[in-house]
Amino acid sequence: MDYSQFLAMKQEIGLLVVFLLVFLYDTFMPKKALKGIPAFTTVLMILATAAGFCSHALGSASHQVAFAGMYETSTVISAIKNILNVGVVIVLIQSARWAGSEFMAVRRGEFYELLLVTLFGMYLMVSARHFLVFVIGLECASLPLAAMVALEKNHYESHEAAVKYILTAVFSSAVFLMGLSFVYGLSGSLYFNRIYYALTAVEGPMLVAALAFVIAGVGFKLSLVPFHLWTADVYQGAPTSVTSYLSVISKGSAAFAFMVILCQVFGSFYSQVWEWMLYALIILTITVGNLFAIRQRNMKRFLAFSSVSQAGYIMLGIIAYNAMGVAAMMYYILVYIFSNLAAFGVIGAIENATGRLSMDDYRGLYKTNPRLSVAMMLAMFSLAGIPPFAGFFSKFFIFTSAINQGSVAIYVLVLIALINTIVSLYYYLLVVKAMFISEDECVIPAFRSSFGERLGLWITVAGILLLGLVSCFYTGLLDMTAADGFLNMYFIG
Amino acid sequence: MFSNILIYFVLIPVVMLLGLGISKNIKQIRAVAVIGSIALTALSVYVLVEYLAMRHAGNTEPMLFCGSWMWFEPLNIHLAVGVDGISIAMLLLSSIIVFAGSFASWTIKMPKEFFLWLILLSTGVFGFFISIDLFTMFMFYEVALIPMYLLIGVWGSGNKNYSAMKLTLMLMGGSAFLMLGLIGIYYHSAPEGGQLTWNILEIAQNDAISQGWQKFLFPMTFVGFGVLGAMFPFHTWSPDGHASAPTAVSMLHAGVLMKLGGYGCFRVAIYLMPYAAQELAWIFLILTGTSVVYGAFCACVKTDLKYINAYSSVSHCGLVLFAILMLNTTAMTGAIMQMLSHGLMTALFFALIGMIYGRTHTRDITQMGGLMQIMPYLSVCYVIAGMASLGLPGLSGFVAEMTIFVGSFQHTDTFHRVFTIVACCSIVITAVYILRVVGKLLFGPVHDEHHRTLTDATWWERLSTVTLILCVAAIGCFPNFFSNLIKFTFSPEIFTVLSLN
Repeated sequence: MDYSQFLAMKQEIGLLVVFLLVFLYDTFMPKKALKGIPAFTTVLMILATAAGFCSHALGSASHQVAFAGMYETSTVISAIKNILNVGVVIVLIQSARWAGSEFMAVRRGEFYELLLVTLFGMYLMVSARHFLVFVIGLECASLPLAAMVALEKNHYESHEAAVKYILTAVFSSAVFLMGLSFVYGLSGSLYFNRIYYALTAVEGPMLVAALAFVIAGVGFKLSLVPFHLWTADVYQGAPTSVTSYLSVISKGSAAFAFMVILCQVFGSFYSQVWEWMLYALIILTITVGNLFAIRQRNMKRFLAFSSVSQAGYIMLGIIAYNAMGVAAMMYYILVYIFSNLAAFGVIGAIENATGRLSMDDYRGLYKTNPRLSVAMMLAMFSLAGIPPFAGFFSKFFIFTSAINQGSVAIYVLVLIALINTIVSLYYYLLVVKAMFISEDECVIPAFRSSFGERLGLWITVAGILLLGLVSCFYTGLLDMTAADGFLNMYFIG
Repeated sequence: MFSNILIYFVLIPVVMLLGLGISKNIKQIRAVAVIGSIALTALSVYVLVEYLAMRHAGNTEPMLFCGSWMWFEPLNIHLAVGVDGISIAMLLLSSIIVFAGSFASWTIKMPKEFFLWLILLSTGVFGFFISIDLFTMFMFYEVALIPMYLLIGVWGSGNKNYSAMKLTLMLMGGSAFLMLGLIGIYYHSAPEGGQLTWNILEIAQNDAISQGWQKFLFPMTFVGFGVLGAMFPFHTWSPDGHASAPTAVSMLHAGVLMKLGGYGCFRVAIYLMPYAAQELAWIFLILTGTSVVYGAFCACVKTDLKYINAYSSVSHCGLVLFAILMLNTTAMTGAIMQMLSHGLMTALFFALIGMIYGRTHTRDITQMGGLMQIMPYLSVCYVIAGMASLGLPGLSGFVAEMTIFVGSFQHTDTFHRVFTIVACCSIVITAVYILRVVGKLLFGPVHDEHHRTLTDATWWERLSTVTLILCVAAIGCFPNFFSNLIKFTFSPEIFTVLSLN
């Protein structure tokens, strides 16, 4: 075996090193020094992220295939990993206060170790070109999350959420494996590219069943409707830092992996089978997510449904089925990470300071905590797609790339998505209304957030303001996907 | 980039926003607002003078002061600016109303936040009028819409939560259609294999949108902009929104923002898709004709001053879209004149209503009377505004409506004739509701004895109203100047396309 192949896995190895260092620190350092874990992990993660960007800048993130085609990396793939890294760094910064609290004293290390393991799993999901590797990644990214959801030991909801999460996760893995066995039966291989070619000769209901099972399995991670039922309860019950991680990083990686599977494995059935499945899924996801979000009063449940509908918009990048769609999707994920983390940052800060989570408690927040309210408002506007904030650009570009596909059906789909943005604007404005317009006395007193919370909010707000107006982020991604050959061969035309 | 004069229409408001951010007290805030709006007015006058000089020197480009800077290269999105006579007229109108609006909100509560949103709104408005790139145009359009939610929600009165939400959602609903239409235009902007573009001039030159696609995209864009232009049946946000909005916001919204709708319908829907405009005009003529008459009738039965004026705006803005759809130079010139005229006189109306309401604390005309004896200055201004609205010669309304109807009568078929006559009836109805308000509110006995102690206008209120009245009279007395300014710009291409069909 050629051991130099491991060099292709630079980013995974880097992450593994970070994990081991954190683990060793947690195990062998004296009790007093354990308070330093949050800072230690954050710094290491920042270094890993910086290394990822450096290798990008130096051009060493080129296309590579390792282990007889089980593993693939390229500029686009390492870019999506970098995007996930940025999100993780922000999550780590924001969660420092929660993780540093007295309550977390014995579990502090666990949080970081589990988080890094799930991130490793997501890396594998994105890079896997063999279904067994993919399943390892999928499990790696799902199971530790259940433990993270249950971290708030004293909260009943936290346990309930963890149980729900693990049951649905296991069930959806089972469904996914079922689909996989069908695929194996049809094609005789688990390598993505071999399946692709073997399947071109196949048709019939077996294939549709296989595809449906696979979509259901990954759709669970993405919380597409109708596989979203766990989302609201888990988001509500989990600690806020875990929820924010779950809502952006987990979702972003799953979306990318989903796209890779659909294109590289089932690409030849785009127009016959899964294009129409996706139409239905997207319309359902966006609409149901939006309609359920309207009635929520708990902020975390509210953002849970909002993130369900956002997943539907992300799917529009897949349905575009071209390089532009990949770029638009990655850009959407990037912007979504910043916007959603800004919202969760505010929610977490308020929860840590006062324990309040209801939208009704936010009434009149502007009078007591103007800065937090403004950050929250920017996050809401960005999620709703209001210019000049980044969310407008990401929505506009994902719609543009979808319409690039050109059929009349796509115009109808985009119109439905656009009308749904109006519904979403309604509930995002409800938050703004509570904070700015309501004349009630605010139950949340003026307070000063911790350094980490403020830093996290500054970073996310800066992202919301700059990611759209400064064009190089999107054009950079577009150029990268256009130049990267790893997907282009699967795109028609 | 900074050598282009037009870019300052966006930069000045941005600088104003920064200035507001660092200002500490009400005096500094007022200073920023006033200096900024004076600078904007001066800038638009300068651009007007330069523009005319260039035209007289024989420059026949469709757009002047053009500039274009690459923004998102792979999608060919530029920050492209350029103006013709219509845009200049709109810029002039906007800057005057921002100026008057600053004075009309002299004593607003939470001034810093208020002016921040107001200036953000005007950034969007100015950006919209200078853009000739569909993407930036749309972006500025939405920038102008969203501040309305907070401006009405926080500083409004009455059923403000409901109105603010209704207005925002309806306008954003319009822009959803608009976005789809614009993206559709982009993908059909060049002949097969050509470089796709968002630039309006290039799209018009390419003339590559097929007739079938035009028929699909035209209604999208026209309805999208038409919602903001208060086209029936999408006008319902307007009365509620205006009634709840604070004075300066009503002024800016009725005066400028609703013009975005008419301007967009002309600049995007009709200019880029003349074939579909020709084919489908009848549908929208019916709708806009309905708004003209329906709005006027509604205004007759309302007793809240702001509702009366809001419905009158529906009627007048309907006339703008109506005239644009007549698709000939005369009527379109009239449409632009009507935009200017309506913008100024509605702003004046709303300013006066705000001033009267600030004193009497009621807007119900059955609760007031004889104001002429109490506040003669404001009352006389109100009469002038009313006369402009019902089309008295010498003031702006007459010129605009006259031009529109002359243009409309150039069509000789029965359909156009009937609708022109129906629309003409609105003049009479307008007279009814204006004179009814003037009679009840200003003349007659004093209804409420408490009102006798009220004072007349303060200096800043006088300044605000005098500015607007002078402009209304200027259009009325020198219509030629404005119609020449506008006419220059109806580039012949669009009408050649129209006459071919």
